[in-house]
Amino acid sequence: MRSAIFSYCSDPATLETFQWMSCYLTTGKHMAFYVSFGTVLLLLAITAPTALMFGFGGAMSARARFAPLSWLGRGYIAIVRGVPDIAFFLFFVIALDQGIEYLRHKVKCPDWDQPIRQGSDFIVCDIAKMPLGDSPQWIHETYGFALAVLTFAIVFGAFAANVLFGAMQAVPRAQIETAEAYGMTHRQAFWRILVPQMWTYALPGLANLWMVLIKATPLLFLLGVEDIVYWARELGGSKTAKFTAYPHPDWRMWYFFGLLVFYLAFTRVSELVLARITTRLSHGQATLGGEAQRKAS
Amino acid sequence: MKSLILTTAALALTAGMGLADTVRLGTEGAYPPYNFLNDNGEVDGFERELGDELCKRAELTCEWVTNDWDSIIPNLVSGNYDAIIAGMSITDEREEVVDFTQGYTPPSPSAYAAMSADVDLKGGVIAAQTATIQANHVVDTGATLVEYPTPDETIAAVKAGEADAVIADKDYLEPEVEASDMIFVGDDVPLGGGIGMAFRESDDDMRAKFDAAITSMKEDGSLNTLIEKWEVGGTW
Amino acid sequence: MSCYQTVQDYAFRAFGYGERLLPRSDFTLCEQFTLIGSGMMWNIYYGTVAVITGFLFANLLAVGKNAKSPWARKPAEWFIFLFRGSPLFIQFFFAYFLFLNLKSVSSIFDPLSSAWLGALIVLFLNTAAYSAEIFYGALRSIPKGDIEAADAYGLTGWSRFRKVMWPTMMRLAWPAYTNEAIFLFHATTLVFFSGFPAWRQKGDALYYANYFADKTFNPFVPYPILAFYFILLTLVIISLFGVINKRLNRHLPQERRRKLRLRPNLIR
Repeated sequence: MRSAIFSYCSDPATLETFQWMSCYLTTGKHMAFYVSFGTVLLLLAITAPTALMFGFGGAMSARARFAPLSWLGRGYIAIVRGVPDIAFFLFFVIALDQGIEYLRHKVKCPDWDQPIRQGSDFIVCDIAKMPLGDSPQWIHETYGFALAVLTFAIVFGAFAANVLFGAMQAVPRAQIETAEAYGMTHRQAFWRILVPQMWTYALPGLANLWMVLIKATPLLFLLGVEDIVYWARELGGSKTAKFTAYPHPDWRMWYFFGLLVFYLAFTRVSELVLARITTRLSHGQATLGGEAQRKAS
Repeated sequence: MKSLILTTAALALTAGMGLADTVRLGTEGAYPPYNFLNDNGEVDGFERELGDELCKRAELTCEWVTNDWDSIIPNLVSGNYDAIIAGMSITDEREEVVDFTQGYTPPSPSAYAAMSADVDLKGGVIAAQTATIQANHVVDTGATLVEYPTPDETIAAVKAGEADAVIADKDYLEPEVEASDMIFVGDDVPLGGGIGMAFRESDDDMRAKFDAAITSMKEDGSLNTLIEKWEVGGTW
Repeated sequence: MSCYQTVQDYAFRAFGYGERLLPRSDFTLCEQFTLIGSGMMWNIYYGTVAVITGFLFANLLAVGKNAKSPWARKPAEWFIFLFRGSPLFIQFFFAYFLFLNLKSVSSIFDPLSSAWLGALIVLFLNTAAYSAEIFYGALRSIPKGDIEAADAYGLTGWSRFRKVMWPTMMRLAWPAYTNEAIFLFHATTLVFFSGFPAWRQKGDALYYANYFADKTFNPFVPYPILAFYFILLTLVIISLFGVINKRLNRHLPQERRRKLRLRPNLIR
């Protein structure tokens, strides 16, 4: 058992309100709650670049001159965006999990003769399980988290692809033509001229996407990760004196109020940071924003 | 759905990593006194002590995993953990999907609790946890069923006037009723055939080990001691 | 059981009519199509009512945010920030628990904690905030010339707003507002996944899709069905809003009329 942080917490029932609160808010359970805020930030930190990569791939394939590849890219963008995201979140996690296990099953157990779907069961051979049944707990946790990240990346990758696709189209055509006139190949013109310039056009869209991504993080809860929503529900529910040293009535409203404040603050900070980046990026650009800066200075 | 995270290695981690005799026990962590998360965020309760003791007797290393109730059987079947030990009543419907050990508590009654004695149990609004035998029972009585994903939400619903009464295992309701102004109403309802551990149908060996461990605990009386300690219904 | 029988039993199940018990085993494709479609009616209900009421309130908010007086401006700004700055999912949870607490104050608040009203209020406030921001943006970008022309005609105050500014604002905002509406319909799927409980297993399309996915452990049937319904719904919304868009732009020369572009949809 972990000992309490404050020495006077050994018998909470006798404490005054303030001291009781200080003990209550530092129980191991609350520590897990605070750590789960880290989980959310970690998810954002990993998902944002991953989704950007998916988006870049999607936008590139949508632009491809090889028609089937282009259809693939456009299809990916259109389908993910046409359906409620929450449906995808619920769908992808199971689908990815089963898909990965199915592929491993095909590779590792070629002699398996039973059907994989038996009624309501999804059965693959033992060594095809992901993660393996006897893996330690942290691997299971990491795997679950990785599935969540991948799901987020696929969904938000489609949005990012749409933004980047638009940004690539927005770079003045003349720039590419000039590059080609200088003898650059299609590929060179893409990487050296188009990609460096598109970011300033993509930024407003990506900034918006970041805000949306922040606001999608509570859905981690639906993916089975024990995130802030899970803990707010668990901690806020009423507790009887028999099973805890800190009995209290239903406080879920206050916990969710806390989450609301957390998200508002996080959004506000993001807004301020993004505003700065926008100012910096539009410096010296041939856009309305860049022009305004030039005139102001 | 994968549902994971909070766990505690049940026995000391001496068995080493990756050995095949690590058994992952899935529980809900929200159904005191059977299982709940204590102030330190660890799985605690009757089933925690019982599970640890069973693992010791079966000479297995056990790990605890929590999972939402409504997906607890699918996740067992798909292999996210190896056994369910979560106050799950043995029913024919569940027997079709999973295999149970013998019961480790005798069949215990379910009961209705409400804020006042004059509620209509046949025509009123009754709260129950999703996918429980109690929820099925409410549908059969013709009362209006309101489902909640966790047990404490069913209690909260009654206290808030959302539902007229809640139905759950009596052992679960008892401490709640003691600690609040709720009262038991109506007669106790006998449902289910006791509470057992659930395993995948292909895991007969492991199930036999736990079955033997339960038998030995019944024989030397240590199971009764645990039942009395946590007040989970009648003894054997 | 024939499919026709299934439709009879379950077509209005989401509103509590028809067969009491949901199918529990041997799920057919027909059952999945019927029940998920039945749930869609809730999504349509939430979406339609919230869009209409939210539209009215959003106009008020946009004008408020554009006002000079801080008494009108500040509340509008705060309201918009509050609802656009936090996740809808958390708003649902918080609102549900808030409504539960209100219930103990007075029985007037009783219906608030059921989804049909409580969730609707959250959706209404949420879409009002998002739409208000769109309308506000449009209001700010009304060409100066339009207003000067109105002044020259001697239009002032209310009649200037109603006859000149408002139509232009609508015209400019409409493409973005269409996306917001689509987005809102998609957001209605969150209702039964937040705090609001399902009564008598009456839920929306996603509730039933999830029910089938859990029971059959096969996500590849119910979710594509759900997707099919939503793509259909999205197309209907686009064509409805397209008609209005045409009407808003009918005075413009052909080549200046702006086509609606589908740009859904981001979760909140």
